[in-house]
Amino acid sequence: MIPLTYMMSLSAIIFAIGVAGVIIRRNILVMFMSIELMLNAVNLAFIAIGSRLGSMDGQVIVFFVMTVAAAEAAVGLGIIISIFRNRETVHADDLTLMRW
Amino acid sequence: MSPFNLAAINFVWLPILPLVVVTVAAMAVLLAGVRVDDSESEGLGLLTLASLAVAFVFTLGILGQYGVAFAGAISVDSFSAFFELVILIAAMFTVMMSLDYAAENRIPGAEYYSLLLFSVLGMMLMAAAGDLIVIFLGLETMSITVYVLAGIMRRNAKSNEAAIKYFLLGAFSTGFLLYGIALVYGATGTIKLGPIHDALASGAMGSNPLLLAGIGMMVIGFGFKVAAVPFHMWAPDVYEGAPTPVTAFMAVGVKLAAFAAFIRVFMVDFASVGAHWQTVLWVIAALTMTGGNLIAVVQTNIKRMLAYSAIAHAGYLLLGMAAGVRSGPAILYYLLGYTFTNLGAFSVVIALERRGEAGNQISDFRGLAARQPLLAGAMAIFLLSLTGVPPMAGFVGKFYIFSEALHQGYVGLVIIAVLNSVVSAYYYFYVLVAMYMQEGGVEVERLSARPALVAAVGLAALATILIGVYPQPYIASAANAFHSASGAEGSHSAALEP
Repeated sequence: MIPLTYMMSLSAIIFAIGVAGVIIRRNILVMFMSIELMLNAVNLAFIAIGSRLGSMDGQVIVFFVMTVAAAEAAVGLGIIISIFRNRETVHADDLTLMRW
Repeated sequence: MSPFNLAAINFVWLPILPLVVVTVAAMAVLLAGVRVDDSESEGLGLLTLASLAVAFVFTLGILGQYGVAFAGAISVDSFSAFFELVILIAAMFTVMMSLDYAAENRIPGAEYYSLLLFSVLGMMLMAAAGDLIVIFLGLETMSITVYVLAGIMRRNAKSNEAAIKYFLLGAFSTGFLLYGIALVYGATGTIKLGPIHDALASGAMGSNPLLLAGIGMMVIGFGFKVAAVPFHMWAPDVYEGAPTPVTAFMAVGVKLAAFAAFIRVFMVDFASVGAHWQTVLWVIAALTMTGGNLIAVVQTNIKRMLAYSAIAHAGYLLLGMAAGVRSGPAILYYLLGYTFTNLGAFSVVIALERRGEAGNQISDFRGLAARQPLLAGAMAIFLLSLTGVPPMAGFVGKFYIFSEALHQGYVGLVIIAVLNSVVSAYYYFYVLVAMYMQEGGVEVERLSARPALVAAVGLAALATILIGVYPQPYIASAANAFHSASGAEGSHSAALEP
């Protein structure tokens, strides 16, 4: 059996990659992908903990998270499309109508 | 026979009846609005208002009850009821502000009002949550709908920009909150709030690294939602770009729901490990108050100014949380006063707006007192309450929170807070000076043709004064609500009217 530490470390690493992606990358679509990566890292942690504890909670939560992520993707892509229609850009640095 | 033993789950419908009403209403509004023109959406608004009122009446029935429903997923106590009632009030005010605004700006009525109701559903679920996953689901139901509401004026570039900024940072913060939940689940072995409370209170957890990391992640997640510095970057842009009624709804409703969950998880269930998070909140509270107030001073746009003011007020509330369990009732009372004051201020901003264009600058308020003495008077009440001048609700709330914090020895933090209140007087009085001592500004159009908006301003002004002048019953119900969640005192006392 794979030790819990390994799985939690992997989940932490993937989460960190996601966070770094959101902070460093400026393309809105890539930032959005990085957020999805964060959520999937969390899913991994839930599954690992759930199977270690022998409880169903962790497994069931993953389905909730996936459902929420799907809803979020639908809304997020919708917003990105409406931005692209108005401004013809998906670059975060171009969205500077409001500052300070 | 069904393989699932449904009878084992405690299906008590009464506690979630308000949630059911709101859900059904949201779908009904969506259906009823199929053939309604965007410029004639008032009827849908009235339907929304009526269903919120029905949900309000049903929520009153929960007051005084105590227990859990749905196998612990829903907490039934006066704490849930208190927050649900205040959230419903905030939603009703938002609808009153929206009636003309939505029609005038051609906002698609069916989508707008049903999203508003779904978002209220998420907020109420956060207030009534009994486990961490219900908090997460409530938060997402609320957030995803508010992302859409912020960008509902699809052809308005500012509205677009507000939506994408809110979406990216909101989803980002959700990741942190969820990771925090996963780590707390790993540390305690459960996601239910009651067992988490017992596991932590037993003291066996000590300083488990999983638990500490989990608490830290959850502070970040909630910090984003309540717009605490340094997680506040999204708030000013989103408040400025979103349609003004939605801004009011975000500044009040989202904050109420986020604080409801934040308070329940931290001040009740994580209370026994307070040493691990109170210092962090101390620092965040100091940063939030100072950052919010200082940046608000230089704003020229009233919506941006109110956004920074909302950040500063979140700082005062976090001060209460950092000071520990005793200030719980004060926080709830403060939130009640803050709700009416802020909703009122935003309704005045809407009254000055024309087609979402002019009227958003502080200079537009010049000479308002001469043209619209009543409107200016109401705005003066809200601004004085936000500053914390007696006898307004804002004064009593601040006094209550600061004195509770002082009693517990948080002298340094209270000094920072009082100094901040002095700074805040500068930018609130700046608007007062513009209204009463300067000339120019914009004309207010056809106020008599917008009775719902006028009612919202009037009711908010009345409530702001009433809650401040005669605070005892509201303080009593806030205390009762907080104690019913923490189980510190008898929760079976008589039902109170918040």
